[in-house]
Amino acid sequence: MVILWTDALIFLLLSSLLALVIYMRNKEHMQRPIQKIAQSKVGIAALVILLFYIFIGLIDSIHFKPNNTKNTEIISVLDYWASSLREHGEKTYSAPFSTHLYSKEIIVSQDGVVHWDYPRLENGGRHIYLPEHQLLLDIVKKLAIGLLQGLVISSFLIVGFLIIRFIATHKQTPLLFLSPSLKVALIVMGVVISAAYCLVYLSNYYHVFGTDKVGEDVFYQAIKSIRTGLVLGTLTTLIMLPLAIVFGILAGFFGGWVDDIIQYIYTTLNAIPGVLLIAASILMVQVYMSGHEQEFTSIIVRADTRLLFLCLILGVTNWTGLCRLLRAETLKLREMEYVQAARALGVKKGMILFRHILPNVMHIVLISVVLDFSSLVLAEAVLSYINIGVDSTTYSWGNMINGARLEMAREPIVWWSLSAAFLFMFTLVLAANLFADTVQDAFDPRRGIE
Amino acid sequence: MIQYIIRRFLYAIPLLIGVNILTFVLFFVVNSPDDMARMQLGQKRVTEQAINNWKQQHGYNLPLLWNEQADNQEKITQTIFYQKSVGLFLFRFGVSDSGRNIGADIQERMWPSLALALPTLIVGLVVDISFALLLVLYRNRALERIGIVSCVVLLSISSLFYIIGGQFLFAKVLKWVPISGYDDGLSALKFLILPILIGVFSGSGSGVRWYRTLFLEEVEKDYVRTARAKGLTETEALFKHVLPNALIPILTGVVVILPLLFMGSLIMESFFSIPGLGSYTLDAINSQDFAIVRSMVFLGSVLYVLGLLLTDISYTLVDPRVRLS
Repeated sequence: MVILWTDALIFLLLSSLLALVIYMRNKEHMQRPIQKIAQSKVGIAALVILLFYIFIGLIDSIHFKPNNTKNTEIISVLDYWASSLREHGEKTYSAPFSTHLYSKEIIVSQDGVVHWDYPRLENGGRHIYLPEHQLLLDIVKKLAIGLLQGLVISSFLIVGFLIIRFIATHKQTPLLFLSPSLKVALIVMGVVISAAYCLVYLSNYYHVFGTDKVGEDVFYQAIKSIRTGLVLGTLTTLIMLPLAIVFGILAGFFGGWVDDIIQYIYTTLNAIPGVLLIAASILMVQVYMSGHEQEFTSIIVRADTRLLFLCLILGVTNWTGLCRLLRAETLKLREMEYVQAARALGVKKGMILFRHILPNVMHIVLISVVLDFSSLVLAEAVLSYINIGVDSTTYSWGNMINGARLEMAREPIVWWSLSAAFLFMFTLVLAANLFADTVQDAFDPRRGIE
Repeated sequence: MIQYIIRRFLYAIPLLIGVNILTFVLFFVVNSPDDMARMQLGQKRVTEQAINNWKQQHGYNLPLLWNEQADNQEKITQTIFYQKSVGLFLFRFGVSDSGRNIGADIQERMWPSLALALPTLIVGLVVDISFALLLVLYRNRALERIGIVSCVVLLSISSLFYIIGGQFLFAKVLKWVPISGYDDGLSALKFLILPILIGVFSGSGSGVRWYRTLFLEEVEKDYVRTARAKGLTETEALFKHVLPNALIPILTGVVVILPLLFMGSLIMESFFSIPGLGSYTLDAINSQDFAIVRSMVFLGSVLYVLGLLLTDISYTLVDPRVRLS
């Protein structure tokens, strides 16, 4: 068991999130927004997809050193499960579901004749004897088997879920009379699990999304990138939240010189163009790392440190927006009657902040956390393109796009790496955006009465 | 008014000093000039002599903040902090690590950046506002739902996708415009049209959504209801009453980014090889030219402060409720 820094922080975040959910579950004023989210079909569907991504990200965050193999590479549980995908590489590019390599090679056939042709792949479509005739049929057959098995598994899961729900609540509702959003959730869950199972099943026989320049499976890369996207989207928030909340509330509540100093700090930070600040800091991290090579022995540790630094820097550049919102809201709340009453009763300032101000700005915090998530995932791709993103050995959609960008000029074009990266990123960001909209609708007090 | 502007100008000075100190700490204190030299010259087997030469060449061979060996005044002036940051305040950017004059480079590369950024901003503004108005006009109908959904989809797609896809489709497959490059004068148009359109399109998702919320907030207000009661049609009320009032936040939102247009767009310029400030910065980042990055940080923050100033002034000009205090 090896715990990387980001792993530890992810699980810290997860446990605090769970604690928050448990804390909020029984609060009266939280009931309405939570119910509103639960009633929104789009929101629930998006949430299911997000949870699926988070699940993959989490199993990719449990790292260990395999002791049976010779190499000392640190791998995650996901790597362990996907070891066939990871190890079954090719020589170079190959198209999705292809049985032949992208480029021609000299092949010596069994009878000693030398010819110049596309060689068969080492792993993709190995089981097919005559690809020209059998390939399409075989793909359709495997697809059908995969889907069928996936459907069976997901329906087992759904039935299991319903049974557990029945045992827990003793509510016996016929399948057709479940609440509409629960139905949507179960359907989306079924579709996602079947599709995922089908893809995994197919990837045993083919390279579903092809292979990249060094012959690595693109499907594997895209899945591994999920963790990077999630880490950037969530850990950055973890870093910026304390800064934004403490500074924003203090500035709004105390005013005067406290306000002046805090405003000065965030205007200064805002004045520096964000990309340049990130670039400068990443340059510094690089210089530091090359100066302290002995501390970063393993590639994965180095990449992880850089990822953490990137989150840190993004957090430092991003907290100002939320801070300004919180300051404005606190200014408004400070004059509210209940705060005045608390003050008149002699409640200490710290207590007023903690009991009266903080809970009433939480909806802004929550909304901005979900809104920021998707923009951070998108920002990662852009930053990696400028070479100031994650380490080049880290799997990320940005690195995939960056690596595949130049291959668009090839003939025939290599489109699969790009498409896979964009597809996975789009699904995550769309789900996050839809969920963010739902959360915003539910928690925004102005939209409360409908 | 003039007094107000002067006071805002004075407020900008501590801000810029703050920026300068921050960049100084980032660039020189966290990593010593020795580290930088080693990085520039290659990590392995760099002699002490080579490092000293490099530092001598680029003026990094002085103490950071305080020069013990110099006389009186020069104790402060003969330091890296003074030499490298005071020049910035006078817009003397000095020489880049590769030996080019940064000030001249900036002046030259400013115009292509502007030629790309300004049309993108204006066309984008017109497109976004028109679509937002359309959505508000047809609110609670099918058209609005379609519009909102397509906005969410549009803003969920990475901007890189628009650029790579657009370049591939219009330049490589259809061959309507050249893939990348730049030219002086009017012939630059054929190089600029694709990046401008892509810029407008990729920003439209979030833009339309944002303006739509602005308009929706106005539409609910009492004066619009009065206008309707007076017998104006929905369209008339929208254009005569809602639009002018919603223009105030729109205008101030635009003014704040106006000065930053000079900085150009990093991604666009580098994808379409437009020799603007964005690609200049990007090249500097990639070749790890600290002098250029530092100059651009300073320039960017000056422009940002200018933007803040302009916003305040524009507020007082368009919104009669705002009084200077």
